[in-house]
Amino acid sequence: MQFMLLFSRQGKLRLQKWYVPLSDKEKKKITRELVQTVLARKPKMCSFLEWRDLKIVYKRYASLYFCCATEGQDNELITLEIIHRYVELLDKYFGSVCELDIIFNFEKAYFILDEFLLGGEAQETSKKNVLKAIEQADLLQERVNSVVPVHGPTSTSLSL
Amino acid sequence: MALKIVKGSIDRMFDKNLQDLVRGIRNHKEDEAKYISTCIDEIKQELKQDNIAVKANAVCKLTYLQMLGYDVSWAAFNIVEVMSSSKFTYKRIGYLAASQCFHESTDVIMLTTNQIRKDLSSPNQYDTGVALTGLSCFVTPDLARDLANDIMTLMSHTKPYIRKKAVLIMYKVFLKYPESLRPAFPRLKEKLEDPDPGVQSAAVNVICELARRNPKNYLSLAPLFFKLMTSSTNNWVLIKIIKLFGALTPLEPRLGKKLIEPLTNLIHRIYLFFSQILHHLSAITLVCFSWLIAFLFFITVLISLSSGMPNHSASIQLCVQKLRILIEDSDQNLKYLGLLAMSKILKTHPKSVQSHKDLILQCLDDKDESIRLRALDLLYGMVSKKNLMEIVKKLMLHVDKAEGTTYRDELLTKIIDICSQSNYQYITNFEWYISILVELTRLEGTRHGHLIASQMLDVAIRVKAIRVFAVAQMATLLDNAHMLTGNTQRNGICEVLYAAAWICGEFSEHLENPMETLEAMLRPKVATLPGHIQAVYVQNAAKLFATVLKSQEGNTDSTTAQEASQLMIDRLPLFVQSANLEVQERASCILQLVKYIQKLQQKDVEVSEEVCALFAGELNPVAPKAQKKVPIPDGLDLDAWINEPPSESESEDEQPKAIFSKEEPKHSRPRHTEVDEKELARRREARKQEQANNPFYIKASPSSQKVYQETPGVEHIPVVQIDLSVPLKVPGLPMSDQYVKLEEERRQKERAEKKKKDKKKRKEKRSGRGKKHDSGPESEEDITPAHMVDIVTEEMPENALPSDDDERDPADPHKALDIDLDKPLADSEKLPVRSHRAAEVLKSPAEDEEGENVSSLEPKKKSSKEKREKKKDKDKDRKVKMLFESGLSETWERRLISVMLTFIFLFYSFDRKAYDIQGNLQDGSQVVVSVIFENKCDSFLKSMEFNVLDSLNSKLQRPEGSGPHDSLTIPFQLPPGVSNEARFVFTVQSIIMPQKLKGTLTFIVKNEESSTHEKLDFKLHFTCTSYLITTPCYSDAFAKLLESGDLKSSSIRLEGVNMPFHHLLARICFHHHFSVVERIDSCASMYSRSIQGHHVCLLVKISSQTVSVDAKCDEPTLLGNVLDEIKQTFSQC
Repeated sequence: MQFMLLFSRQGKLRLQKWYVPLSDKEKKKITRELVQTVLARKPKMCSFLEWRDLKIVYKRYASLYFCCATEGQDNELITLEIIHRYVELLDKYFGSVCELDIIFNFEKAYFILDEFLLGGEAQETSKKNVLKAIEQADLLQERVNSVVPVHGPTSTSLSL
Repeated sequence: MALKIVKGSIDRMFDKNLQDLVRGIRNHKEDEAKYISTCIDEIKQELKQDNIAVKANAVCKLTYLQMLGYDVSWAAFNIVEVMSSSKFTYKRIGYLAASQCFHESTDVIMLTTNQIRKDLSSPNQYDTGVALTGLSCFVTPDLARDLANDIMTLMSHTKPYIRKKAVLIMYKVFLKYPESLRPAFPRLKEKLEDPDPGVQSAAVNVICELARRNPKNYLSLAPLFFKLMTSSTNNWVLIKIIKLFGALTPLEPRLGKKLIEPLTNLIHRIYLFFSQILHHLSAITLVCFSWLIAFLFFITVLISLSSGMPNHSASIQLCVQKLRILIEDSDQNLKYLGLLAMSKILKTHPKSVQSHKDLILQCLDDKDESIRLRALDLLYGMVSKKNLMEIVKKLMLHVDKAEGTTYRDELLTKIIDICSQSNYQYITNFEWYISILVELTRLEGTRHGHLIASQMLDVAIRVKAIRVFAVAQMATLLDNAHMLTGNTQRNGICEVLYAAAWICGEFSEHLENPMETLEAMLRPKVATLPGHIQAVYVQNAAKLFATVLKSQEGNTDSTTAQEASQLMIDRLPLFVQSANLEVQERASCILQLVKYIQKLQQKDVEVSEEVCALFAGELNPVAPKAQKKVPIPDGLDLDAWINEPPSESESEDEQPKAIFSKEEPKHSRPRHTEVDEKELARRREARKQEQANNPFYIKASPSSQKVYQETPGVEHIPVVQIDLSVPLKVPGLPMSDQYVKLEEERRQKERAEKKKKDKKKRKEKRSGRGKKHDSGPESEEDITPAHMVDIVTEEMPENALPSDDDERDPADPHKALDIDLDKPLADSEKLPVRSHRAAEVLKSPAEDEEGENVSSLEPKKKSSKEKREKKKDKDKDRKVKMLFESGLSETWERRLISVMLTFIFLFYSFDRKAYDIQGNLQDGSQVVVSVIFENKCDSFLKSMEFNVLDSLNSKLQRPEGSGPHDSLTIPFQLPPGVSNEARFVFTVQSIIMPQKLKGTLTFIVKNEESSTHEKLDFKLHFTCTSYLITTPCYSDAFAKLLESGDLKSSSIRLEGVNMPFHHLLARICFHHHFSVVERIDSCASMYSRSIQGHHVCLLVKISSQTVSVDAKCDEPTLLGNVLDEIKQTFSQC
C-alpha cells in the first residue's frame, strides 16, 4: 500500500499516512486531486479507481471516506478488508466511533493504524492483538504521565 | 530549579492542548487562517521552553496542523528533541510527528541515527515498537545502511511484537539499501517458520513482495511456501502465498501441477473469507456472489498455474459464463471485479472471452469511469482482423461523446494501441487507419499529439503502399493547419504537423500538387508553432522545392520553377529571424541555397538534378532500441573524454527537445553561401559517403536490400486490386466510416469470388468432400488485406545483443533487489557493524541455504530446481555426490541415443516421527533418489524399467509382492527431447560407510521403422556426506556437545589450499552439508548431523595455506569417511 487517506464529505482531510517518501508539495497535490476525484463519484459507483498508475480503493463510512492507494497487483478485496478492519479497530477502541473521535484523538487513530499496518503491509491480522498492544502502550503512557506533575484532569478542566 | 518546574507547570495550565486547538479551529471557521497563525506563534513560544511536556504538546499540535496542510518543516529539530525524550508518552508523540513530517530531504534525519539505535535496543518493547514504526515512514538510504544490522538483530528478538515489526521494516530497508538483502535474507527465511503467526505472516508478506518483483530468485523457496500453504491457518497469508505461486509457476511449470490439488482443498476457506469481505461491502445480496468471487480468484490463479494445460479450457469457458452474470449485475463493485477477472483470463484464453464482446462494448457506456477503463482494457485483447474496424468505430463514437479529457485521452491511446498492436497485425486497410488518425487530430485539448504523429510517421515509413494516400492526407492536414493551431490550448495536437510536414517532404514525389503544399508550409502562421516543428517545416519545404524543380524539368516554360524559388525567397526570411537556433540555421542555409539556384535559373541552367541529389536516398526504419543494442567494441571506453571538457563558463544554448524516438536525421547542411558545380559534386560525394555510414539510410549495397526481401511472410500476402481509384472525400461524414462500408463490400465481394472458386473447384473435382470448407461466417484467415501490407521490420544492428532486461524502468527501486540469493555470502557483503561490538557469531549464509533441505517437505521440487542449475554448470556444483558412472559406450554416443540419467539427486525423507517414538533409527532411514530421464535422441522411448542390484545394506524398495530382483517400471514414456523425473526409495541400514550400487535401465527405442530393446548400465554412489543434513546449531549447544565427551575425535590437514577462508567454509557448508556455528578470525566451528542422528563437529583453522580440520563425531567410521570426502573435495580444486 502506498498511502491511506481519511477525509470528510466536505473534502477535509482527517488522517493521512504515507508509506512512500514524497515531498509535502507532492503529497498535497495528490491529496487534493484524489479527494476531488473520489468525492465526484456517485454513491452507486464501484469502490475501485484507477488513478495515475495506482489503484485506489475507497469506501465511505457515514460521513468519512477511507481511501487507500495500492499498486496494481494487490488484491482489491483485501484492500477493502484492510479498510474495514481499521474501521472496526477504531470502533472497538473508541466505542462506536464517529468522525469527531478521530478529529479530537487523531494521534490515537494514528497509533492504532501504526499497530495494524507497518510500512504499508498488514502487520497484525488479529484485532485482539492490535488492541492489546494499544492498550498496553496507553497504560505505559498513563503511568508515565502520572509521574509528571500537573498533567491530568486539572489541566483539562482549567482550560475548559 | 524547583521554581522553574513549578513555573513551567503553571504556564502549562494555560496552554492549549490538542483538543483545545481542534475546538478552536472549529470555532473559527470564518478566520481559520488567522486563528491558526496565532496558534503557530503560541506553539513557537512553547517550543522555546525547557519543559519537555510543553514541547511534546506543541509538537502534537503541529502534527495536526501539518495534516491540515500547514508547513511545519521549521520545527523538525524540535520534533527530534521530543523523539529523544526518555518518557514513552513524549517519545510516542515525537515519533508520530517525525513519521508524518519527515521525508528523505529532511536534513535533521541525520541527527536521529543514534537516537533511533538507542531506542531500538531499549529494554521496553514499546519504545522499540514506536521507533520501528516511525522508521518505516522516514527511512532514508543512510539510515537504512546504518541501522540495517540493528534491525536484523531485532528480527530474532524474544518478543514476537518486535520481531514482527522488524521483519516488516526490513522490506523498506532492502528498498533503500539493496546491499542488505543478501546478508539479511537467511534470517528472513528463518522467520517463515517462526512459532508466532504474526511474525510468520510478516515474513511471508516481505518475501512475497520481494518475490513478486524478481520471482526467479525465489524459486528455491517454493517447497517452503508449499508447506506454509498447506499448513497456514491465516487467510491473509494464504492469499499472499497463492499470489506468489502465481508469479513463480510461469518460471517452473511443474509447480502448477503440484499446486492444483492443495488449491482445490483451499477453495472453501477462501470462499468463506471472501464472503466475509463481501458482507462488509454492505449489500447482503453480494454474499450470494461470494462463491463466485472466490471461484474467480481461484480460476485466475489456476490459469496462471495451468498455462500449459489445454484441458482446462472447458472450466475456463464455464468460468467466463459465470463472469458474465457478475458483469451483468447492477452492483458496480461486482461488475468491476468481473471485468478485472475477465482481463486475466483474456491473457491466456482470449478465445473464450471474445464471444462476450457485446457485453464489454456495453460496459463502455457505463457511467462509471473505472468500469469503462476496465472494459477498454479488455477490448485490446479482443480485436481481430474481422472486428477491428467495427470496434474502433464504436470507440470513435465514444471519443466524440466523452466529457473528461482524461477519459478521452485514454480512449485515444487505446485506439492507437489496439490498432498498432503486434506490428499492425489486425489492420487490413491502412487507408482506413490513416483516416482514423487524421480524424483523431480533430480532438481538442488532447496531450497525445505526439503519439498520433509518431503513428503517422511509422505507418508512412513502414507501409510503402500507403505512402501515396498518406501524403495526400497530410497535405490536406497541412493546408488546414490553422484548424489545429487556432487555439493555444490545443497545443498538444500541433505535434501532428511535425509528422505531416515530414511525410509531405520526404515522400513529396507522391504529391499531386507540391506547389500548393509548399505554399501551405511557408505561411506566416507557421512561425507561431513550436520550434522543433518549424525546423521540420523549413527542412521539408526545401525537399518540396526540389520536387517542384524536378517536376518542371524539361519544361520549356520555367515560370513555375521560378515562382517556387521566388516563394522560397519571399517566405524564408521570416524563419531566418526565428528565435529558435535550429530553425534559424536551417532557414538561412536553405535561403542562400535557393538564392543561388534562382541565379542559375535565370541563366537557364538545369539545376533540378543537383538539388534533388541533396535529398536522395531512402529512409529505413530503425528499431527504437537498436542504438542500445549495439555492442560496445573491445577497447572502446565510452566514458573517456575525447576532448577535455570545456570550461564551465561556456553555456550551451538550449537544444530543442527530441520528441520522437525516430527523429529525422540531420541532413548535411551547406555552410557556405556560394556554391559552384564542383563544390556541389564534392558534397554529393561526401553525402553519399555519409549516407553509407548512416543507419537511417538504406545502403546501396545489395546485402542490405536483402534484409527487406527476407522479411518473413511479406511476399506471401496477396496483392488485391481494389477498384477505388480516388480517395473518398465526403463532406460531413467521417472518412473512416466510408472505409468501413467499403471494406465490408470488398470482403463480401471477395467471399463471393471465393465461393465461386470453391464451387468451380468442387465441380471440377466432383466430390462431395469439399463440404467441410463451406463454412458460413468467414474465418480470420479468409480476410485478405486490401493493400500490399509491406510492414517493414525495424532494423537492428548486426550483432545486437539479445536482451530483454531493458524493459524495466531504471528508476524502479526493485531492480536493485534483483539479487542472486543463493550465492554464498562474501566478506565484503556483511552489514556494517559498529566497531565496538566485539562478539561475532557469524550466521553463515550457507547454513540457512542448506537448512532448507531439512525442512523441505517437498524435496522433489527442490531437487528439480537444483538439477536445472546443475545442467547449466556442472563443474560448479559438486553437491551431488551420488553420480552416475554410466557406461556410455561409444556406440551409444554415435547413435545419439542417450537416455542419459542426466542428474541424480538424493533426498532423505527421514521420518522423524518414527524416530521419535520407536527410538529405532534404522527403520526410519530411507533415502529417496530422484532421477531425471532425458531423451536426447530423436526416437521415442518407452517401457523403461529401472533395476538395482541390492546390497546387504541398501535395498531398493519395491512394491509389495515383487521379488528382490524385479525391476521397477517407470510410469512414463519419453518422446524425443523430453525429460521427466522419477523417484526411487532406498532403505539404507548403516550409513557409516559409503557405498556403490550397480543398476541397469532397460527400455525400448521406437522410431518409424523399427523398435529395439536397449540397456544402460550405471552405478549409484552413496557417499557419507549425502547422509548428512544441514542442521543449525547454537554455540552454547555446540559447546555442551563438545564437553559431553561422548565424541571420538579425528583430524586431517589440507595443504596448499589457496582460497579465502570464507570461501573454504562456504564450500564445506555447501558440499558437505555443514553449518557454521561460530567463526572467530581464521577459525570456525561447524556442525552437521546425519540422518540417523550422529553429531559431526568440525573445528577448521587456517594458517597460511594449510588448513587443519579437527573433527569429532560419535561414530568414528562415519567421521573418517566424511573427512576423506572433504579431503577429496579440496584436492579436486
